[in-house]
Amino acid sequence: MLEYTEKIREISQKLLKDSKVDMVIGFRKGTVPMMNEPTFIRNANEVGQLIWDSNCGINLANYLTGRKEKIGIVAKGCDSRNIVVHLVENKVNRDNLHIIGVPCKGMIDRRKIGVIYGEEILNVVEDGEKIVVEGDGDEKVYDKKDVLQENCAICIHRNPVIYDELVADLVEEQKDVDRYEDVRKIESMPPDEKWAYFEGLLKNCIRCYACRNACPLCYCPTCFVDESRPQWVGKSIDPVDTRTFHFLRAYHCAGRCTDCGACERVCPVGINVRAFTKKLEKDVKELYDWEIGLDPNVRPPLDVYKTQDPEDFIK
Amino acid sequence: MEHMGIEPGRLQFSWISSAESTKFVKVVKEVTETIKSLGPRKHFIKTEAKVA
Ligand code: SF4
Ligand code: SF4
Repeated sequence: MLEYTEKIREISQKLLKDSKVDMVIGFRKGTVPMMNEPTFIRNANEVGQLIWDSNCGINLANYLTGRKEKIGIVAKGCDSRNIVVHLVENKVNRDNLHIIGVPCKGMIDRRKIGVIYGEEILNVVEDGEKIVVEGDGDEKVYDKKDVLQENCAICIHRNPVIYDELVADLVEEQKDVDRYEDVRKIESMPPDEKWAYFEGLLKNCIRCYACRNACPLCYCPTCFVDESRPQWVGKSIDPVDTRTFHFLRAYHCAGRCTDCGACERVCPVGINVRAFTKKLEKDVKELYDWEIGLDPNVRPPLDVYKTQDPEDFIK
Repeated sequence: MEHMGIEPGRLQFSWISSAESTKFVKVVKEVTETIKSLGPRKHFIKTEAKVA
């Protein structure tokens, strides 16, 4: 995917030079390995900052919310789906966007690599499907497919669903992916075990809200967790408060979450927060045969009433 | 909610019009019975913060 960088720069330069956009939202290299950061490029002579590799896991649609300028945005599959969500929810105007589509081959999980490498990592370079890690220990080479982010490993929409131009040919989508193995595992547990599973999952949560902040869906002017009149949820790290935050956050994403993995990626303590959202994704798929973010012209199921909507849960 | 460990039956939903008094009574009875058979709740109980 490294060759995408040149193309992204070329397209961005042209867009900015021709004043087609006021800025381009893309990625630049971060200060630590495997942590690229979002960047806003407003000047054609700054496009050299833009890069693309397997560390662009943050969801850039998050930076579009409510913007009125003309924007060029670099979008991989999941970003493009969240752009669609933004369009459906009137958070951005399609006419203001120039979507630079990036056919994605998956992002790598810096935690996985950190764990298997075991020493401090100083530099990570990509060579096709290989990831070369340099650091305090010996240089190691890993297969990219073994160190993919979990959501990327089961992704079935790698290609952007909406775009104005592409940086490369579309990639082949992954087929025969079992998206819900982990959800089924939890579903098969008895209630006490389920409770204990989530208790264990959340025990390290420090309520920093990074997961919420990274999510393009979480754009309410005042989030329910920040509200103090009334206070919907306690602000402590009492397990009850933490759990309340997490399950309500997930409910707010029901039928909207694209499983982009940004929430999980940004968590400083490595909590698999997708364990909540994926259950809802699975339910929406099973109950309404719905996948979010594929078509800006269709209203999502929780937004419309249909007489054949399932209602077995209501007495 | 059940997915994260709340016992099935503890959380119930119903739609009852203000004119459906018999349904209301029936549902209240059913809910009370189910909850009684489940016993006291174990989850989402917040104890007072202990202050020294
Ligand atoms: S909840 Fe997480 S996976 Fe879902 S859209 Fe938000 S950041 Fe992405
Ligand atoms: S990012 Fe992680 S630690 Fe922070 S609130 Fe979310 S789950 Fe908790």
